Amino acid sequence: MNKWIEKIEAPQLDKLKTEEKASINIGDTVKVGVQIREGDRTRVQNYQGTIIRRHNNGLKSTITVRRIFQGVGIERIFPLYSPAIVKIEIIAQGKVRRAKLNFLRNKKGKAARLKARG
Amino acid sequence: MERTMARSFVGRAVGSGGARVGARRAQRGRLQVQARAMERGVGLMGTKAGMTSVFSEDGKMTPVTVIGLKDGGCYVTQIKTKETDGYNAVQVGYDVKRETLLTKPELGHLKKNDCPPLRHLTEFKLESIPEGLEVGSELDPTEMFSVGDKVDVAGRSVGKGFAGGIKRHGFSRGLMSHGSKSHREHGTTGPGSTPSRVYPGTKHPGQMGDKRAKVKKLEVMQVEKDMIVVKGSIPGKPGNMMTITKAKGKW
Repeated sequence: MNKWIEKIEAPQLDKLKTEEKASINIGDTVKVGVQIREGDRTRVQNYQGTIIRRHNNGLKSTITVRRIFQGVGIERIFPLYSPAIVKIEIIAQGKVRRAKLNFLRNKKGKAARLKARG
Repeated sequence: MERTMARSFVGRAVGSGGARVGARRAQRGRLQVQARAMERGVGLMGTKAGMTSVFSEDGKMTPVTVIGLKDGGCYVTQIKTKETDGYNAVQVGYDVKRETLLTKPELGHLKKNDCPPLRHLTEFKLESIPEGLEVGSELDPTEMFSVGDKVDVAGRSVGKGFAGGIKRHGFSRGLMSHGSKSHREHGTTGPGSTPSRVYPGTKHPGQMGDKRAKVKKLEVMQVEKDMIVVKGSIPGKPGNMMTITKAKGKW
């Protein structure tokens, strides 16, 4: 990264980086609160699932959260430090040995569970 | 631009019959600078730093490109007027370098106007020279552009090499199987016996990219002493030299 990009990203990251967001791990089951605007009203929509990958790229870091909805696997990618992500609540921590949990895509039901960490 | 033109001219003169070229040059009077279209105002030169994102208060993510100015900045190196040069233009230099990296004629041109040794020179052709612009003065981005302005950004696009019609012009592909032998061919290039030639400018395979490209009406998101942040993407790779001017047309 060069000094000019740094100059744009550093102050934003200072403002947006929180302990809560920085500390999440792969394999965690999380509840992500996304702020949604409906007309002139805002509300928080929750999305719960397992983090299957984390893309570390400073301000542009993202997390991919997978869940099964009505029998269909859904993966949503969230910009981790976006102000629209108002909260990330860790519900369970999974014990995983790899950085990308792609193997979960081929598993269903009980087989798609992760062992609890700790 | 002026510099590259001058260089290629010298190269040709050496390569093919010097006397004839010399005569042609004498006929023309003096070296012609490639005339680009009129600009709305004096522009800046900068270096593409790369892309990033800017988050707004309500969580909107905007893709932006950062154009940085290297230490030393941009200078006005010459002001051309209709009386002396036949047209109005402001020549701007960028990228301060060691003296040894420039030729003596280039150094002489810059020293005459009290400029440091600059690697790149470019001209912005104008209807009239703005007042208060002095030769040898440094250009300040914060005075030239403000947030919300629209700018045109030009630079050299990423080179794709010798590309076929499909990649270069978006032609359709032929069948890959079922006996077809026309896989990625370009098809017909025009009628036969009349005119019994291919019209100039017909779309063909050839060099793609690595030529001047301009993106118009980009919104300025942020301006600092040493950089400009614009919304969206610009041509070329990080590290490439760009020119930024106020956008033409209505906005």
